[in-house]
Amino acid sequence: MAYTEEELKKELETKEYEYGFYTDIESDTFPKGLSEDIVRAISKKKNEPEWMTDWRLEAFRVWEKMEEPEWANVHYEKPDFQAISYYSAPKSADPNKSLEDVDPDLLEMYRKLGISVDEQKRLQNVAVDIVVDSVSVATTFKKTLAEKGIIFMPISEAIQEHPELVKKYMGTVVPKTDNFYAALNSAVFTDGSFCYIPKGVKCPMELSTYFRINEGGTGQFERTLVIADEGSYVSYLEGCTAPSRDENQLHAAVVELIALDDAEIKYSTVQNWYPGNSEGKGGVYNFVTKRGLCETNSKISWTQVETGSAVTWKYPSCVLKGNNSVGEFYSIAVTNNFQQADTGTKMIHLGKNTKSTIISKGISAGQSQNSYRGLVQVNSRAENARNFSQCDSLLMGNRCGAHTFPYIEAKNKTAQIEHEATTSKIGEDQIFYCNQRGIDTEKAIALIVNGFSKEVLNKLPMEFAVEAQKLLEISLEGSVG
Amino acid sequence: MDLKDKLLSSFLAFENNVDLDHPVHEVRSEAIKNFEEKGFPSKKEEAWKYTSLNGIQKVDFSIFPKKENTLEYKDIKKYFLHEIDTYKIVFIDGVYSSYLSETTHDGVDVCLMSAALTKPQYKQVIDVYFNKVASKDESLTTLNTAFSKEGAYIYIPKNKVPKKPIQIVHLATGNEAALMLQPRNLVIVEENAEVQIIERHQSLTGNEVLTNSVTEIFAAKDANVDYYKVQNDENTASLIDNTYISQKDKSIVRVHTFSFGGKLTRNNLNFYQNGEYMDSVLKGVTILGEKQHVDHHTLVHHAQPNCESHQDYKGIFGEKSTGVFNGKIIVDKIAQKTNAFQQNNNVLISDKATINTKPQLEIFADDVKCSHGCTIGQLDEDALFYLQSRGIPKKEATALLMYAFANNVLESVRIPELKTRINKIIANKLGVRVGFEL
Repeated sequence: MAYTEEELKKELETKEYEYGFYTDIESDTFPKGLSEDIVRAISKKKNEPEWMTDWRLEAFRVWEKMEEPEWANVHYEKPDFQAISYYSAPKSADPNKSLEDVDPDLLEMYRKLGISVDEQKRLQNVAVDIVVDSVSVATTFKKTLAEKGIIFMPISEAIQEHPELVKKYMGTVVPKTDNFYAALNSAVFTDGSFCYIPKGVKCPMELSTYFRINEGGTGQFERTLVIADEGSYVSYLEGCTAPSRDENQLHAAVVELIALDDAEIKYSTVQNWYPGNSEGKGGVYNFVTKRGLCETNSKISWTQVETGSAVTWKYPSCVLKGNNSVGEFYSIAVTNNFQQADTGTKMIHLGKNTKSTIISKGISAGQSQNSYRGLVQVNSRAENARNFSQCDSLLMGNRCGAHTFPYIEAKNKTAQIEHEATTSKIGEDQIFYCNQRGIDTEKAIALIVNGFSKEVLNKLPMEFAVEAQKLLEISLEGSVG
Repeated sequence: MDLKDKLLSSFLAFENNVDLDHPVHEVRSEAIKNFEEKGFPSKKEEAWKYTSLNGIQKVDFSIFPKKENTLEYKDIKKYFLHEIDTYKIVFIDGVYSSYLSETTHDGVDVCLMSAALTKPQYKQVIDVYFNKVASKDESLTTLNTAFSKEGAYIYIPKNKVPKKPIQIVHLATGNEAALMLQPRNLVIVEENAEVQIIERHQSLTGNEVLTNSVTEIFAAKDANVDYYKVQNDENTASLIDNTYISQKDKSIVRVHTFSFGGKLTRNNLNFYQNGEYMDSVLKGVTILGEKQHVDHHTLVHHAQPNCESHQDYKGIFGEKSTGVFNGKIIVDKIAQKTNAFQQNNNVLISDKATINTKPQLEIFADDVKCSHGCTIGQLDEDALFYLQSRGIPKKEATALLMYAFANNVLESVRIPELKTRINKIIANKLGVRVGFEL
């Protein structure tokens, strides 16, 4: 065998976060702390109309009275909300300039991340709305999209240009007082993406956003709102990375999806925030509220690959309000070293003949804790609701943990719900089989993990699937001897 | 006065009737402190999310039963498994009834907790086992511990097997308008010994009864324990059953819970595996109607390598009934080669019935096979059609299928007469005429 277990372990532990570099861009940063004044200042900085400022303040006032939730199966030092700077914008950002004018340092950063903007623009036919530390820097393909009537822009611009849409939909799926982090986000969100697909339009390309925390001591609070009008279709990609930093950084995003009658939204995430080093120091706190609302005959599909963050707390959910609506959730969560993830989904069946599918694959290695937490709720009027859930966990070593907390609540006799979960390890015989055919252990593990995750990887758009596969390999290298 | 205050003041009265110098009383005092601090659990607590005790706390229960009541055996015979000869420990309104009981000290001890807690010859055993596996933290268990005085005491020494199964029967006569009972049982099965126990709580009238029972079971190396709980009570009777089981190497403990009635039933069944190569079996059949509520809360804690656990709970919920299943499996770091299986299948047959289920796994070891499956659904349309096409009316065909659905849990029942009895109850509940001998 090429490696011994010890060697592999060592290599893994010393493996530095590949994206752990810090780009020196002059930032315009607010003083630390949170108060009504800061909320007002953010709103002012963004040049927001009054209704938006009031909306933020209302959320802030409720948030002040809320307590940080403790029910999740994660343990961490609570962030000090007064020690975070709530606004940080790269100074050189100017929304009016074209792609060519973008700060070369920023472009270099994206190049290191492997998402060269112009290359994507030309080769991959992907429109990218890049968010660096809260402000959208470059928006591509705006023109092509505009021809179809598709609105895809930073949410701060949407508030200016399409206030009627933002006003109508924002906060309807995730109310501003939904939970502690959603309320915080509602009060202080600095930017994010806004997307509107008009009636009957099929978005011709994958829409994509890359988030990245750059400045130290800043929290990233982005807000995404995707509206698919009747009969439309959109596939939306979201990717995240953050540079290495010692103090824990907070990330509290809110994503709202609205699928009107006969519409379909496919939302894919690759989350690769800095997970902390091998001693569990540093890393991003990822507390995200994601929820979609399905009207009649519509469909929302969440796909996520979670490999980063020190602490993850994330439950992309579907409210199946309309009859015949469909909700899907495909997830791979990988934890290594001291990472903790508590992730899953909620499928709320309200309409008749609603269907939901949950496929969750958890992989834990090192001393990490990986939890699946899900809720399937069938209300009394949801005739013929159907759910299938499958949660599989893979454990590597006996210092990590895998947990499953599925909640299933049925109030209708026609409901059909199936849930199954398994926990296992990579079979020695499987590795032996690969070794026998000349595949070394490292490769064999990658192969087996990829096979284990295949059901979910298959759901990702092509560009992401390749990257996700690579991420899985990087995250787990050397976990098993 | 609410029930908690009443219980706390009753404890002072209770102290007048027990030996305060006995070491057990220290355990009781600690326990009442815990209950005073925590009180009755509320729905805000994760473990009680789906079961509310608010209604119970509003009832003015009598804490101490009055004098012994007399009952004729012929009137209550149907509540016993009378087809076979058994040892019997019978309580009427919480008080031991010697003429209905049949205890023994012949090789094994099948007798009373009150004797074990007071007589010197049991002191050694009590010191080692009493309140050792029961939670010192969970409020209702500590409430029972505080008032622990009476119940069944069963001690099976090394290599012994009692001549016949043991029945523990609690009867409530309804002489009190509302009665609260807190039986405390201790079952110790030594190395290579065996025992079969059937437990039943039965109210004889429509008066309110609340039973908060705690049973501790210790299974030593190679021990073999079968415990059957028959719950088919009146709609005014509530039961909170807390069972704690500690298992040692190569022992097998099987607990079957048959829930067919009662207003509110909560089963807290906790298995702690403290050895290797053992098997824990938890099985349950629940068939409910009216406004009945049953909450099964199971915990299997695998703390040592090479062990197995098998859980299989089936439920059929009709009318306005509610069913809850919350099964938790914990596998510790060192518990490698654990095989833990959990299955929970439910059928809702009414629009107003509800089922809440939460099968939970917490796994810290990698070389394990753990799985849980959970379904909520209807009967197989094809099977129904098949039966109908052979001339069986739809109603009977439905009943027959449900009967088959529930029936396979009974395969592991090792007392044939009990199996027949349970089969009859199930058939009865579902309105199937079983025209064949089971």
